[in-house]
Amino acid sequence: MMRKPFAITLDRGSSLANHTGTWRTLRPQYVDRLPPCNAGCPAGEDIQGWLARAEAGDYEGAWRLLTEENPLPAVMGRVCYHPCEGACNRGQLDEAVGINSIERFLGDEAIRRGWSFDKPKKSGGKRVLVVGAGPSGLSAAYHLARLGHQVEIREAGPFAGGMMRFGIPKYRLPRDVLDAEVQRILDMGVVLKLNTKVANVLQAKEEGGFHAVFLAVGAHIGKRAYIPAGASARILDAVSVLRSMEGAERPQLGRRVIVYGGGNTALDVARTAKRLGASEAIIVYRRTREKMPAHDSELEEALQEGVMVKWLSTIRQAEGSSITVEKMKLDEKGFPQPTGELETLAADSVVLALGQDVDLGLLDGVPGLEIADGVVKVGPNMMTGHAGIFAGGDMVPSERTVTVGVGHGKKAARHIDAWLNGKTFAKSRVNAPASFDKLNPWYYSDAPKTMRPTLDIVRRQSTFDEVLRGLDEKSALFEARRCLSCGNCFECDNCYGVCPDNAVIKLGPGKGFEFNYDYCKGCGLCAAECPCGAIEMVPESI
Amino acid sequence: MAFQPVKYYQTGTFTVGNRLLPPEVRAVQSSERRSNALNSGHRACQGCGEALGARYAIDAAMQATNNRLIAANATGCLEVFSTPYPETSWQLPWIHSLFGNAAAVATGIAAALKAKGKAGVRVVAQGGDGGTTDIGFGCLSGMFERNDDVLYLCYDNEAYMNTGVQRSSATPPAARTATTTAGNVFNEGKNLPAIAMAHGIPYVATATIADLHDLEHKVKRAMQLCGARYIHVLVSCPLGWGHASDASIRIARLAKETGLFPVFEAERGELTSVSHIRHKVPVEEYLRPQRRFAHLFAPKLRSDVIAALQDIADRNIERFGLLDRPG
Repeated sequence: MMRKPFAITLDRGSSLANHTGTWRTLRPQYVDRLPPCNAGCPAGEDIQGWLARAEAGDYEGAWRLLTEENPLPAVMGRVCYHPCEGACNRGQLDEAVGINSIERFLGDEAIRRGWSFDKPKKSGGKRVLVVGAGPSGLSAAYHLARLGHQVEIREAGPFAGGMMRFGIPKYRLPRDVLDAEVQRILDMGVVLKLNTKVANVLQAKEEGGFHAVFLAVGAHIGKRAYIPAGASARILDAVSVLRSMEGAERPQLGRRVIVYGGGNTALDVARTAKRLGASEAIIVYRRTREKMPAHDSELEEALQEGVMVKWLSTIRQAEGSSITVEKMKLDEKGFPQPTGELETLAADSVVLALGQDVDLGLLDGVPGLEIADGVVKVGPNMMTGHAGIFAGGDMVPSERTVTVGVGHGKKAARHIDAWLNGKTFAKSRVNAPASFDKLNPWYYSDAPKTMRPTLDIVRRQSTFDEVLRGLDEKSALFEARRCLSCGNCFECDNCYGVCPDNAVIKLGPGKGFEFNYDYCKGCGLCAAECPCGAIEMVPESI
Repeated sequence: MAFQPVKYYQTGTFTVGNRLLPPEVRAVQSSERRSNALNSGHRACQGCGEALGARYAIDAAMQATNNRLIAANATGCLEVFSTPYPETSWQLPWIHSLFGNAAAVATGIAAALKAKGKAGVRVVAQGGDGGTTDIGFGCLSGMFERNDDVLYLCYDNEAYMNTGVQRSSATPPAARTATTTAGNVFNEGKNLPAIAMAHGIPYVATATIADLHDLEHKVKRAMQLCGARYIHVLVSCPLGWGHASDASIRIARLAKETGLFPVFEAERGELTSVSHIRHKVPVEEYLRPQRRFAHLFAPKLRSDVIAALQDIADRNIERFGLLDRPG
């Protein structure tokens, strides 16, 4: 019998009975892509990952994630040349995120609050000798200790830090910052022996009962160039000048200082000379600004401080208080050629900053070990030709920066660990890159980069105070939140909002989203409107 | 260093939600508890702008009224794809009548509620551009004139899509439809938001599916007021406009960013605010991805027609001050 209202013959049904997912030819999927900052980091930091924690104000969480890869954030935040920022997608929108400033903020915050590393989860590992307490050696020691090994660092010098202490001036890296970060590594149980030069590596390994050795002695012998010089000419090398800055007696450079070379060390010496009271610090470099290997930001700061540069010039001769330079010009291949045009410059001293060589003495008589062009050859696993002896940092072919050194240390530690356990270390799968074209930049509002305040020029010319000051908490947070989170979901709810079919399920804070393929028609709106490119459309197998 | 206020945390200003924002400033659509007034399983095409616009608007109205809401629906795509008898996608009291009388039906519901003393229950009417600007225009104008307590939502996809893309009085100049194969003529059609404003009703607004926060704000504002209210939402139609299904929001955004579709609100016939253009683009960027404008680019580039459309955009920009910097 009809017991329904007038003209109604069927029960009311829900459209949920209609599975529109069958229409689909393309299927959306959540993906993680590799952000350009992470891809560009020589130390392999998960920058996007720690920025995401910093954005939420979880600075300790951010610092802990950061230090899983790199134990020296306060140092990094000062001396790293931040290739991450050069790669940052936000650079194509307004300005790159000030990753380096935030890293420094986190590093300083950790020192201020006294955060320490967790004790190693494993113990009873093997004994590993690390030779050299520079960035590479410290990084390797840290990572090996985390993996449960007993690590001893032997350092020939009186302090730990290597080039971070003896090559980088105080105005770029205050020593209390360096000391704090080194101490934190030692607190994990790493043994550091200072003033202990390893003269013969095999002997040291044998006598100490070590199962493996990581060599990271760096490159600290200043290269010489032959310059005809009068008896009274004062010619020094850059590494010795910078090293003597750490001693009690300041180097005597005089009022007119000529620096020969075009790398970062040349700039460091010229800026140091200015601070020591030189009225003139002139860099003589044989090529042009574009060809200069020094980093642009450092050159800029040096020029602001009054350092002068003679481009396309070589030193022909040095006399008592003057030098003769010869003008050069670039040939078609871009190599400098002499022109015969000479000029005389007043000079109380000439500092050579022409690159550094490795002291390879400790490797004499190690069978299998190969040396080419003054550096040690290593395989993709950082092992030298002699089994169990690994090497990294400036003494192997590399770009010779602190960050690359730290990266080598980490990489070597992982391979050493694997080798000690009779395995090979396999890198986890690398995600496809999150390039700018994968983003939908409409959703990011404009927010220019928060610049670190630079020390007043007059002040920094005469003192060794740190030139760049750090960000305060508020601006660090602002800066962290400028991150676009390239290729990694940041829970903006766009996919959940823009689906015309309610086919995206929101799983709650921190849990992300899921597609409901029963109803997803595969229109692709979620992928098109995802700001960070964390959704891809793949063909459905029909 | 100059003080810089942290507004919407840099990344969240335009997104639906943002994990860093307090929930009350996120869009209604970002909530797991949104009412999903138009549920899954409906038969709208892939990437349907109207399905999206309707859910955005009704969910916002549901939240503004504590779910005490009744909807009347004109015939059109929205009704056809959501309620093939006996199934329905609607998760609120919903009534369908004829193509042309949604405004009158809604008026009747409002009157009945008043007569029964149910003051807390509010009424919306919704329809496409055909049911609103053409067939239902008389009933709608009457509803405005009597100032009945109804929010009328027009989802404008600029033609009769349900019956096969025939021209309506909301079809823009030069657009190709099944009945204007050489392109729609200039200087015809109706500007319904302007006509609604001319009635002097409490609230008139335009919006697009590309700016969710703006759309939700307008629905919320409308529900704070009583009397006749009208919101005109531009919804893109992948099938009728001839663009990719994943481009629906981008196309609606371009309509606004070119100036072709001015986004504003007005109270009692007076303009009260406009949504400014963020990155101005030439109309060509809006026209090119749509097959309904393909005849402007091939076989011959119709620079004259494109210039005439650019002229319309420029007049809108001038008239509404769309490029003025806010503040």
